[in-house]
Amino acid sequence: MVLADLKPGESGIIQSIKAEDLLLRRLLDLGFVPGTLIQVCFSSRRGDPIAYRVRGTVLALRRSTADKIIIRYLGGSALCPHET
Amino acid sequence: MSPRNLIALAGNPNTGKSTLFNKLTGLKQHTGNWPGKTVLLARGSYTYRGQTYDITDLPGTYSLLASSPEEEVARDFICSGQPQVTVVVVDATALERNLNLVLQITQLTEDVIVCLNLMDEAERQNITLDLNRLQAELGVPVVPTTATTGAGLTTLKETIARMIKRELRPQPKSLELDPKHPAASLYSHAEKITQQVIKSSRPGPDRTERLDKLVTSPHWGVPLMLNLLALILWLTIVGANHPSELLAQIFSWLEDVLTLLFLRLGSPAWLHGALILGMYRGLAWVVAVMLPPMAIFFPLFTLLEDFGYLPRLAFNLDGLFHRAGAHGKQSLTMAMGLGCNAAGVTAARIIDSPRERLVAILTNNLVPCNGRFPMLIVMGTIMAASVANIQGDGFLATLVVLIALIISVLVTLAVSKLLTSTILRGESSFFILELPPYRRPQIGTVLIRSFLDRTLAVLWRALIVAAPCGLLIWILANTTLADSTLLVHLAKWLQPLGRAMGLDGMILLAFLLGLPANEIVIPIIFMGYLSEGALMEVQGLATIEHILVANGWTWLTALNFLIFTLFHWPCATTLLTIRKETGSLRWTLLSAFLPTALGTCLCLIVTAMASLI
Repeated sequence: MVLADLKPGESGIIQSIKAEDLLLRRLLDLGFVPGTLIQVCFSSRRGDPIAYRVRGTVLALRRSTADKIIIRYLGGSALCPHET
Repeated sequence: MSPRNLIALAGNPNTGKSTLFNKLTGLKQHTGNWPGKTVLLARGSYTYRGQTYDITDLPGTYSLLASSPEEEVARDFICSGQPQVTVVVVDATALERNLNLVLQITQLTEDVIVCLNLMDEAERQNITLDLNRLQAELGVPVVPTTATTGAGLTTLKETIARMIKRELRPQPKSLELDPKHPAASLYSHAEKITQQVIKSSRPGPDRTERLDKLVTSPHWGVPLMLNLLALILWLTIVGANHPSELLAQIFSWLEDVLTLLFLRLGSPAWLHGALILGMYRGLAWVVAVMLPPMAIFFPLFTLLEDFGYLPRLAFNLDGLFHRAGAHGKQSLTMAMGLGCNAAGVTAARIIDSPRERLVAILTNNLVPCNGRFPMLIVMGTIMAASVANIQGDGFLATLVVLIALIISVLVTLAVSKLLTSTILRGESSFFILELPPYRRPQIGTVLIRSFLDRTLAVLWRALIVAAPCGLLIWILANTTLADSTLLVHLAKWLQPLGRAMGLDGMILLAFLLGLPANEIVIPIIFMGYLSEGALMEVQGLATIEHILVANGWTWLTALNFLIFTLFHWPCATTLLTIRKETGSLRWTLLSAFLPTALGTCLCLIVTAMASLI
């Protein structure tokens, strides 16, 4: 399953990233490394882009990027309380 | 003279690095056009115990591994051996992510100090950190600070001084990095250190999350944005009137004094004409009419920026830009463009993809800069007065300006779409945007600093652009060729086109002569209208509406003027910046052609349609 499949409030663990070059490096720099807990915070109008909480910070990605991040589904949790 | 001490300031974006830099250096620095944001290397200095320290504020970066220009600049500077100490500013509330950069830097150089900033924010979030442990794990000194209040800055200066004197010798731990996955192993180190250092963290009810629920809400996000913009515009329009009238009175009084002085010294009439009626009035006009709105709008907008609103703006609007084939961060460059288009063009560097960056650069001028705001306000006032017959109503004028801004955003999207589906076709690149926590803005500092910045900028431009232009106008208006003055000849020559566009020759001439700076367009029009006899004495914002109406302006003239103000060639500074940023004369010419063609066509159409009614 990919990150883009998660709904607000749900979370997962990053397994791998199917991206190359600059995008991959950028994601890694920002803490999107395999093994990282990630949670959906909120989505914008029409559901693209979506804001995620990673390592204590909130980062927004477009759906096309979130499609490239493979995750293991964890379910809903309370990291972003208002969306649960 | 003692040798200069050189310090580099590194850190993630949004760690309060610029605030720290400002606090350390005070006014001893070179600032850009838009205060508070580091796009180029800012340099400054401070004195501590008789020693002078030079600081270079590196661009905010998340890493030094990727190959963006900012990261290369930062890495090269740190590696160059020039800085004796590198201070890494760290957000105490997001230690893990920030340590990633710290660990990268300690692998490059030993002489590192970690400045643990935003300690007040950490306290508010109930985050307690074991600083001794952090220091031991990193092997470099850690200094807790709250840059906004100045807490910890003396300790920081002392630590820097001791490290330069070699009384402190940091020994950063060398890390074993997996050569295949350097980023992942850096983060696993950062994670381990963070777990050992955080003593307690009970995230209370988070201000940022509650506020984001509203600000980024699919339903309320955009209406809230429009309301905020309207509020700022209204405050600008209503607030600018009195200072403007007051400045006009002061200038007019000073003019009388100067004129008396000229008379007493027995100076010839042409000298008084050129210096006072030409240069002095040109300068006075720009300051009286243009300064107050700019000095109000700019600080208010900077407050919003300081608060952390702009990333949310980009988040809310990315969907629209995505559909136009453009980058979501283009909205940030447009926001910068509201301050100054040249700054907006430079800000386009935040967009990685060259194609999307070019779209942002070419369309930036479609957003009216601060120098064009007063023009919009005057037109708004005239239209409000002639349509609804209400005098001096701030609300209607605000509405007109707000609609003008919305139109400029929609046109930007349309032109971006046009570009990305014709000459700048291609895959859309990625969009990653951090939404940092909201921070209480430094109200006093921001207001005073950006007010001073803006005031100085306007005064400087008035001096170098408006005064010479005033002189030029005066010469044009006082040199007679055949039966009339040069100014009248030129305006007459432009009259047919001007009329067809619902304007007149003098207005077009003013726009042409206003190439160096949009601020002087309105003053030139006034000088031009009265070129037959004496030039007009300076008036305030609220009064000049009557003069325009007396010179035959109708709501249609105001509407066309508004359109042409929004859409015409960029000012000279912006053109030069576009040339520099794109390195291409062709793109620069296109950036001038696009808005000019658009504005001309729109004016022609509006005027033709109005004549049918």
